[in-house]
Amino acid sequence: MIGVLALQGGYEAHARAIARAGGEACEVRTAEELQAVDGLIIPGGESTTMLKLLDRENLFEPLRAFGNAKPVFGTCAGAILLAREVSNPKQNSLGLVDIAVERNAYGRQLDSRVTSIEGENLGAMEAVFIRAPIIRRAGAGVKVIASYNGDPVLVEQGRHLVATFHPELSSDNLVHKYFLDKVAAQ
Amino acid sequence: MYLDDQFRVKVGLAEMLKGGVIMDVTNAGQALIAEKAGASAVMALERVPADIRKEGGVARMAPISKIREIMQTVSIPVMAKARIGHFMEARVLEALEVDYIDESEVLTPADEEHHIAKRDFKVPFVCGARNLGEALRRIAEGAAMIRTKGEAGSGNIVEAVRHIRTIVKEMKQLTVLGPEELVAESKKHQAPLELIQYVAKHGKLPVPNFSAGGIATPADASLVMQLGAEAVFVGSGIFKSDDPEARARAIVKAATYYKDPAKLLEASEELGIGMHGLDIGKLPESELLQTRGW
Repeated sequence: MIGVLALQGGYEAHARAIARAGGEACEVRTAEELQAVDGLIIPGGESTTMLKLLDRENLFEPLRAFGNAKPVFGTCAGAILLAREVSNPKQNSLGLVDIAVERNAYGRQLDSRVTSIEGENLGAMEAVFIRAPIIRRAGAGVKVIASYNGDPVLVEQGRHLVATFHPELSSDNLVHKYFLDKVAAQ
Repeated sequence: MYLDDQFRVKVGLAEMLKGGVIMDVTNAGQALIAEKAGASAVMALERVPADIRKEGGVARMAPISKIREIMQTVSIPVMAKARIGHFMEARVLEALEVDYIDESEVLTPADEEHHIAKRDFKVPFVCGARNLGEALRRIAEGAAMIRTKGEAGSGNIVEAVRHIRTIVKEMKQLTVLGPEELVAESKKHQAPLELIQYVAKHGKLPVPNFSAGGIATPADASLVMQLGAEAVFVGSGIFKSDDPEARARAIVKAATYYKDPAKLLEASEELGIGMHGLDIGKLPESELLQTRGW
């Protein structure tokens, strides 16, 4: 069972994408619900909103402990929450993946776009960027699976997966299938 | 036509606002309070609806200096309101690079027959609706998000409840009808057949469906979300209350945990009395904001 962190943001679209990819998904809003899942998706949305709720609801440490044992897949705001360092502005994060991320790095909504990228061993796929962050640094243990304009946009480190775009808004389910495989391999 | 890349990017941002609270703000100080409370976006406007209602006069797009100041202060998306049909206010907001435009009945309409042709814009639009036909006409014009109109600035949830119930019921009804009946429904709702067919097939709008107009407490937010709204806009309810910061935080929590009464109780615990509300039945027809838009 894949949990989708449903504090705020694109959680419904992720649950639908997991179903399309042949998996089962449920919404996670509490530490108890987190215990029942094998892998977790942190969706896009507003990372500041999610951080505040994580903090106020005492979910920060349970989430970090979950990530130390099980796979987590973060998209957009989820990528920001998984990163080791965050800028524009600087903010707290789970630090589960050794990347430095700059928020809203492409600009405002007018700079949002749909484009095509090439994923290593995944082939061509569509990438929907919405007020997206940019991965400015990827540590030695981080594998870059796909890039766009020279910046990494899909990376993995161990069991964790990070996308700065929104695979849940595309109809090809390549990235979600890839995450389901990672969860199954645990 | 409804699924081209530009439209998908517009709807995409609305998807990212689900489960959140979009708060009306009139200056950078309020925007900062909203962001700190956990708002997923802010709506910049000249005066909150309760003040527009009280002071009267023509309500227009907010002053550019104010919107710019808000955009420079917060990192969350910034929306701004344009008058119904005023496509040049909308073009100015687009040039300013706001993240979303609300073509809003809260401002004084600039055109009593036409809404803005929103498909021509690169910036996404949200529009108000009281029923399914109105929602689908706005989507046909290019709106990438729908919100109930409710009765803005009233502090009374009754109209938002009426509107979300109406839209949800009318969508449910379409799902059991046959193809020839859908043609008749298209005529009845005065909405394009293609969109009627979409709703009949999926049981929902092709864009996110939020609620606005009269939300003043955490329980109000939770109520409209239980009825089918996917996120809420709060206008006067926050900054017209005695406790804006605590109330904003509480409504954010209520939007996330809308199915959980225990969390809702926690959220409501420290709040005082909300904004002063109005009895909609006692408002003269001419003072209703929801009847603006066609």
